[in-house]
Amino acid sequence: MYKDVIIAGFGGQGIIFAGKLLSYAGLKEGKEVVFYPSYGAEMRGGTANCTVIISDSMIPSPIVSFPSGAIVMSYPAFDKFLPRVKKDGQVVVNASLIKERTKRNDLYIVRIPANDVAESMGNSRVANMVALGAWVHLSGVVSLKALLSSLKDVLSPDKSDLLKINEKALKKGWELVPNSD
Amino acid sequence: MKKLLLSGNEALAEGAVRAGCRCYFGYPITPQSEIPAYMAKRLRQVGGVFLQAESEIAAINMVYGAAATGMRAMTSSSGPGISLKQEGLSYLAGAQLPALVVNVMRGGPGLGNIAPSQSDYFQATKGGGHGDYHLIVLAPFSVQEMADFPHLAFDLADKYRNPVMILADAILGQMMEAVELKNNEKNRLIEKPWAVTGARGRPQNIIRSLFLKEGELEAHNKLLQKKYRIMKKNEVRYQLTGDPDPEVLLVAYGSMARVCMYIMPRLKKIGVRTSLIRPITLWPFPYDIIEDISKKVKFIFVLEMSEGQMLEDVKLASREKCPVYFYGRMGGGVPEPEEVLTKIEEVLKVESKRKNYKIRR
Repeated sequence: MYKDVIIAGFGGQGIIFAGKLLSYAGLKEGKEVVFYPSYGAEMRGGTANCTVIISDSMIPSPIVSFPSGAIVMSYPAFDKFLPRVKKDGQVVVNASLIKERTKRNDLYIVRIPANDVAESMGNSRVANMVALGAWVHLSGVVSLKALLSSLKDVLSPDKSDLLKINEKALKKGWELVPNSD
Repeated sequence: MKKLLLSGNEALAEGAVRAGCRCYFGYPITPQSEIPAYMAKRLRQVGGVFLQAESEIAAINMVYGAAATGMRAMTSSSGPGISLKQEGLSYLAGAQLPALVVNVMRGGPGLGNIAPSQSDYFQATKGGGHGDYHLIVLAPFSVQEMADFPHLAFDLADKYRNPVMILADAILGQMMEAVELKNNEKNRLIEKPWAVTGARGRPQNIIRSLFLKEGELEAHNKLLQKKYRIMKKNEVRYQLTGDPDPEVLLVAYGSMARVCMYIMPRLKKIGVRTSLIRPITLWPFPYDIIEDISKKVKFIFVLEMSEGQMLEDVKLASREKCPVYFYGRMGGGVPEPEEVLTKIEEVLKVESKRKNYKIRR
């Protein structure tokens, strides 16, 4: 098993958080993982992205030309990264902010109104978890259980009150993707 | 042992603490600011000293002072800051002081940018400061090695009384991987009878790099060179992977070696036997093994995030036994795996034509 995914959107959308969480879940399941974030002068409203690679064996390159999965949370991210996803790649598109459709018909795309779903749950900040939950169901790269149990590793202790809402959002996202078989 | 998910910078800082580093002096700069941030928290827990200096120059001179007392001391920075530290590095080498200096390379020259780069190779390996001196230069290629190399670096530094540099790049500093931290093993801290520790009951120790008496500095230089010759003989480290009987040799270090490891199975698929030499010590450089293999292969392909700096050492090593090709990007451009594969395929095409030409003649 080898899976690489790019998670991209605006700074402040929890892109890096989602990437770290996915990486921890991979680690928890005994996989090799690489997490490579965009870094530096990033701020709320700027662009943010990260690459996560999860594999059964040693991961050669931390740099990925064409990922086999993507979670795109904003239109600039959709515009930039969707053309790069490999054929048959699994993609979650944040339909709340991305109205445009792609012409590509060689991808498994699930459109999730992540912001609207998060808002209806009472916290628009967990849109990232809705999208991640959906993508993990779509790709099957780690279990929902591993994802949920990794939350406490990534969430800083002073934000432990947000544990429940993040868990809820991950589960909700997972449920929004129909079972493939 | 339990594996932790750490960034390269954090792993390096924790590795240094576990290697017995108790003094960190530095000044923040992207992409390595996680090192001082981590040290600020961590050194306090082990009774060490963390100090954010007023400048990079102050920091390296604080390292000089701490190292003179026999402490395991370090500093870290990126290109612009490392340039400022060159005077201090020359002094450390001249005064034969062991210390660890980390460079997490970013794009240059000048203030450049904060993206990954390998363009400080010349500065690190050829002596960025003044005088006839060398640093031992270690090049990690994984977060695990970021965690492991501080220990090796301090051991080598103490053994030879010489500053050691860990030359990483922004990819290695920023990316996270699973790391197994060697558990608080007892550090084999060696005796340092030369250290300035208070001269009660023994003759005074003097740490200096100024030698004004006639012939004194020349003799000192000869002593340093003798030390460098021993390092060249005993401390060359590299990793050789891939096909035992290669027709193509790849040479790359740091994160670019990882890109090569992605490419190798793909070249194998199209029937090209490839092996990779990853220098682990950039100084002393693994000239001999590259020379040996260059006699057997059709060509060598060097990959760097620079306009070809290590390339010069590979060419020296190959002694024109085979053509040496190069691909690199500068100023924060990162060669992507597919892009590099295309470049190698182009070379393969050129080379196959060249061979036919020879046969027809």
